[in-house]
Amino acid sequence: MAEELPKMEAAAGVADVETHLALDQPLLRIEGVAKSFGTFRAVDGVSLDIRAGEFFALLGPSGCGKTTLLRMLAGFEAPDEGRILLGGKDIAQALPHERPINMMFQSYALFPHLSVRDNIAFGLKRAGMARADIDTRVAEMVALVKLEGLEKRKPNQLSGGQRQRVALARALARRPQLLLLDEPLAALDKKLRESTQGELMELQRRLGTTFIVVTHDQEEAMTMASRIGVMNAGKLAQVASPRELYEAPRSRWIAEFVGDVNLFEGEFKLRDGHRLVIATRDAGTLVVAEPRQPTGETRLSVAIRPEKVKLSRRGPVSEAGRETAINQLDGVVADICYLGGSTTYKVKLDTGGIVQASVANSARLDADAYSLSQHVVAWFTPDDCVVLPP
Amino acid sequence: MRKRSRLSRFNVASLALGLAFLYLPILILVIYSFNASRLVTVWGGWSLRWYHEFFGDRAMIEAAWMSLKVAASSASIATLLGTLAAVALSRGERFAGRTLFSGMLYAPLVMPEVITGLSLLLLFVALDAERGFWTVTMAHTTLTMCFVAVVVQSRLGSLDRSLEEAAMDLGCDPVRAFVAVTLPLIAPAIVAGWMLAFTLSLDDLVIASFTTGPGSATLPIRIYSEVRLGVKPEINAICTLVIGLIAVVIVIASLASKLSSAQGESAAPL
Repeated sequence: MAEELPKMEAAAGVADVETHLALDQPLLRIEGVAKSFGTFRAVDGVSLDIRAGEFFALLGPSGCGKTTLLRMLAGFEAPDEGRILLGGKDIAQALPHERPINMMFQSYALFPHLSVRDNIAFGLKRAGMARADIDTRVAEMVALVKLEGLEKRKPNQLSGGQRQRVALARALARRPQLLLLDEPLAALDKKLRESTQGELMELQRRLGTTFIVVTHDQEEAMTMASRIGVMNAGKLAQVASPRELYEAPRSRWIAEFVGDVNLFEGEFKLRDGHRLVIATRDAGTLVVAEPRQPTGETRLSVAIRPEKVKLSRRGPVSEAGRETAINQLDGVVADICYLGGSTTYKVKLDTGGIVQASVANSARLDADAYSLSQHVVAWFTPDDCVVLPP
Repeated sequence: MRKRSRLSRFNVASLALGLAFLYLPILILVIYSFNASRLVTVWGGWSLRWYHEFFGDRAMIEAAWMSLKVAASSASIATLLGTLAAVALSRGERFAGRTLFSGMLYAPLVMPEVITGLSLLLLFVALDAERGFWTVTMAHTTLTMCFVAVVVQSRLGSLDRSLEEAAMDLGCDPVRAFVAVTLPLIAPAIVAGWMLAFTLSLDDLVIASFTTGPGSATLPIRIYSEVRLGVKPEINAICTLVIGLIAVVIVIASLASKLSSAQGESAAPL
């Protein structure tokens, strides 16, 4: 982990990304787009570039404006401010049927009075395609989403998973430059959702179509997307790869929204080479790695992911551990949550705070499992900590 | 479990009495329409005499024809206007006075017919319009339009709005999206609305008697004026025919709305 982290941060360096984009023009450029409903600013000055062939996810809690942004891309809402450039052309005020963009709806919105075949052919007929070409394209789409033999069925004779495939085939039939997917998997059960995630990724790779998916499910976004834009209260909080988002969140809110995290508030005390010493209220004095961009403030938060907190009965076990694990916190196990693959321990620290540690259950018969009220040492390295603004 | 789902004796008795109260008079009327006797209350054997008499009664036939014409035209106009109103209310942008408009649209549902009839009469007199077929048709349109709007609006409300958006996304302009997707899906409700408007117009006596003019009496007006002079068995025959017609229309209307809700299941968002 310690070797991997700097590499990752270099790749995602802000300056690198910007020069890259200037060299090859993005497929979609969103510039300062804003949209209000009454006095409520649903989308508040969002700027974003999407490259051709990208699988991008817009992630955020409900009401954060992600769906409104997607609907502006599809043309169902017109932005109050800003521009939406597709291949260099401003389409912000264009009507939905004038855009080379298609959308897959959360409810699928299949036409109930039309068969599977006619649903898929709907957009092709409107485009004035010849009958023979429509038949070829529909057959191609049906094969692509593996719906052979169901062409004559009506939507209400299909299962949820099959409807989802019809919706996908219908949206892809016109070969859009950009496919928008609004919570595409929300209506499926867990097992089907996981297998469909894989199929969507495979399909996207094969077709090379640019996908923008809106979701509130962070696991879904992390699994499928190559880049994620996290939205909060109408603004883009961070745009990053799944890994960077998780390991280097830009704010406390993002750290808490994406995955679980331990957060300790404290004050900057002194600098020791590339390390900072921070006096926290709940977890004593912590030594953390210096952030890439100094916040310039003395009040800070320290974030540590639960799986990076190790537990032991008497401090770090290995030799290497003893050297790097500068942060050692004594406490007692206050709560145990067994999750199958891992166990989450809540450790009440002697300094007053609570730290969560997620321990992989790597052996079936784990004689070393901790029990309630047991004294333990929670330890982690400075590199595992992320320093955030308060 | 089986026992519970069965009806108790009390249930059966109350059901039978209730149905008898509703339908026995109608049944008696239908039976007596086949009465051979000249006296309404005395049974004189089976006969089709009064049906024959009715088809020979020019004034009655004219009134029936007038009623059918009024019902068909007012139902058609009401269906057109009611559907447009329903679309405006459930699909249009929120316009100023929207609540007032929907309230005013539904007012005739609860307005006493005498008031509607009288106010329309005053309007026609003020406009100096010649009272006859068109004034009755217009009056019935105002009465039945709100029923059509209610039926169509409830259907539109149950439709997933993203269906229209999907049509637009797939290359339809808003008008085409409405014609290609929304219209086929609300068609059963429109048909049901038309049938409802038709039967309401056919039944109406009060508004028609306010707004009609000389020489254009509808069937209910005609029957009412005949009855005032004493009930002729011929009336029974006419009423039986009207009951038959309305029964057919209601069966078609309920089949149409059943079809509509069957499609609605798949149209609703999950």
